[in-house]
Amino acid sequence: MTAAHTGSDHHGPAKGLTRWLYTTNHKDIGTLYLWFSLSMFFLGGIFAMVIRAELFQPGLQLIQPEFFNQMTTMHGLIMVFGAVMPAFVGLANWMVPMMIGAPDMALPRMNNLSFWILPFAFAMMISTLFMDGGAPNFGWTFYAPLSTTYAPPSVTFFIFAVHIMGASSIMGAINIVATIFNMRAPGMTWMKMPLFVWTWLITAYLLIAVMPVLAGVVTMMLMDIHFGTAFFNAAGGGSPILFQHVFWFFGHPEVYIMILPAFGIVSAIIPAFSRKKLFGYASMVYATSSIAFLSFIVWAHHMFTVGIPLAGELFFMYSTMLIAIPTGVKVFNWIATMFRGSLTFETPMLFAVAFVVLFSIGGFSGLMLAIAPADFQYHDTYFVVAHFHYVLVPGAIFSIMAAVYYWLPKWTGFMYDEKLGKIHFWLSFVGVNVTFFPQHFIGLAGMPRRIPDYALQFADMNMISSLGAFLFGASQLMFLYVVIKAIRGGEKAPDKPWEGAEGLEWTIPSPAPYHTFTTPPKVD
Amino acid sequence: MAEQSKHRSIIIKSLTAVVMMLAFVFYGLVPMYDLICEWTGVTGRTGGVYEETTQVDVQERTITVQFLAMNNEGMPWDFYPNVRTVKVHPGEFTTVSFHAGNNSDKTMMAQAIPSVSPFQGANYFHKTECFCFKQQTLAAGEAEDMALRFMIDPELPDTIDTLTLSYTLFDITQVAANGEKNGQ
Repeated sequence: MTAAHTGSDHHGPAKGLTRWLYTTNHKDIGTLYLWFSLSMFFLGGIFAMVIRAELFQPGLQLIQPEFFNQMTTMHGLIMVFGAVMPAFVGLANWMVPMMIGAPDMALPRMNNLSFWILPFAFAMMISTLFMDGGAPNFGWTFYAPLSTTYAPPSVTFFIFAVHIMGASSIMGAINIVATIFNMRAPGMTWMKMPLFVWTWLITAYLLIAVMPVLAGVVTMMLMDIHFGTAFFNAAGGGSPILFQHVFWFFGHPEVYIMILPAFGIVSAIIPAFSRKKLFGYASMVYATSSIAFLSFIVWAHHMFTVGIPLAGELFFMYSTMLIAIPTGVKVFNWIATMFRGSLTFETPMLFAVAFVVLFSIGGFSGLMLAIAPADFQYHDTYFVVAHFHYVLVPGAIFSIMAAVYYWLPKWTGFMYDEKLGKIHFWLSFVGVNVTFFPQHFIGLAGMPRRIPDYALQFADMNMISSLGAFLFGASQLMFLYVVIKAIRGGEKAPDKPWEGAEGLEWTIPSPAPYHTFTTPPKVD
Repeated sequence: MAEQSKHRSIIIKSLTAVVMMLAFVFYGLVPMYDLICEWTGVTGRTGGVYEETTQVDVQERTITVQFLAMNNEGMPWDFYPNVRTVKVHPGEFTTVSFHAGNNSDKTMMAQAIPSVSPFQGANYFHKTECFCFKQQTLAAGEAEDMALRFMIDPELPDTIDTLTLSYTLFDITQVAANGEKNGQ
């Protein structure tokens, strides 16, 4: 491969606002994605605070049930599509070219487009809160007929917003695939690629495969609502169950889209702070691929109670449990990497270790939910809420924070405040567990999810959960402060601030120059 | 440039995959779902018109057939089975009737959607004549008894001795007025 983008070697970023509007630089676009994601994280967080404030005590205190439903829906949609996914795309934009020795992403203009349509999609989605009839109120899973026959008029805006987000994700995914396939530095063979690159490559394939399914299902909704079709309407010969099948055919790979890049991040950070090579690199690659494959054949475990034949219950139960094997391989590898390593616990490592522990708890509750006969009790209770928050908050979100702390010196050129970082970690760690651990108990005791009011026996645990949520929410302001502080200055970061870190990104100066690897590095 | 054409080939392949997945949702998943429902009877859907024959051996065993009638939300009609339970022999043709009365003040159109429980029996429930095969239009205040003629297939598994046929009546006045209905 020859140096592709010569002629732009020496000029820096343009000045002013248009730098960000017109930029085709992967670092700028990565930054945009990350800031966008952080702002959506705070917005979705505010919605979560509203939910937890209402659930602080039994009875209706602050908001009406209709608005509560809008809050749960918007919280889910914004966190999934606005916070977690763009954060990973942002990290991919920043890190993938630097990790494989490429000068930029393969398709820089498409990169710009795929970011800049996102703010419009979310502006449209958030604007539904101010519309007649309110925002979507049918849960982030938007089951028909709640989202068709009984939906507020704003559902059409929601559908269009989902279309735009889907287009953005597909473009982002194509860009990442093209970059990884075509732009690796000489000598960067497949099995030398950092795991973050591997996991993102597989995630990109998942995105290309399932985002059209999401687009398809919302299009069917649109047609049912406005064009008289009956895909999900029993009166016209359709079936609401069909909706659930199509949705979860998208939805289950989607949950792995939100966790595979996290696996890649943790696989970079744990070896760095254990000062050892990652244990079982090849098995990590195969485990990731197996998880991606299995994600397509487990979707009906979300639907055990809708009335599927016994053979179906068994198939989806066993296939779901099968996922524990590659996931177990990963957890084993991370622990084996730490075993007899010379460990230090800087903030990124703290988040990464917490990821391994807490994600495993979420994995275990997932195994419990996978047991079809037991799921009849757990289905739609707070146990499910506890499960998926354990894999998403101390899972996906913690990995993103670990990544930010890990690479912040490379991005800004300054070390973040280690002391504040550690305080942020411990507050988040305590907050997340106080919030979500009690939800296991109230779920097993029978508290249904998505309700604004509850029976008195759940009062204590809900209050504890709400207090934890306020702590977790407030401590994220500290994260914002630490990041801004590191951007504005601090201790100068060396090229490689972490002793045990490996990878091409540490061979370039900190902060990373506007253009890197204009002549490809040699990898051996 | 070689690199540009390599990028182009990935874009083309990926977009082809995207379009194919989109087509798969509409022309793959939806028909596949219907086919699986038909084969297994899993949603309790019954088949279309069954040709009445005289060449069936009537069996000794009796099957209890229960009838349920429900109005979908917001449907104001009177709708109930005239007989709630019949005992039939597999292979035997039986006719029962359901009552429908439009007690609203306007002409309405309705569609009844059947479901058989347990679903394992759905494919053995043959209907030669059913009001659910077509839409019902009743003027304000009009009432009607609607016929259902059915036969339980002698192949019905031994484990099943009771079948429940439930109808849900949907108001499709508005849908019909909107005109176009696709063939779903």
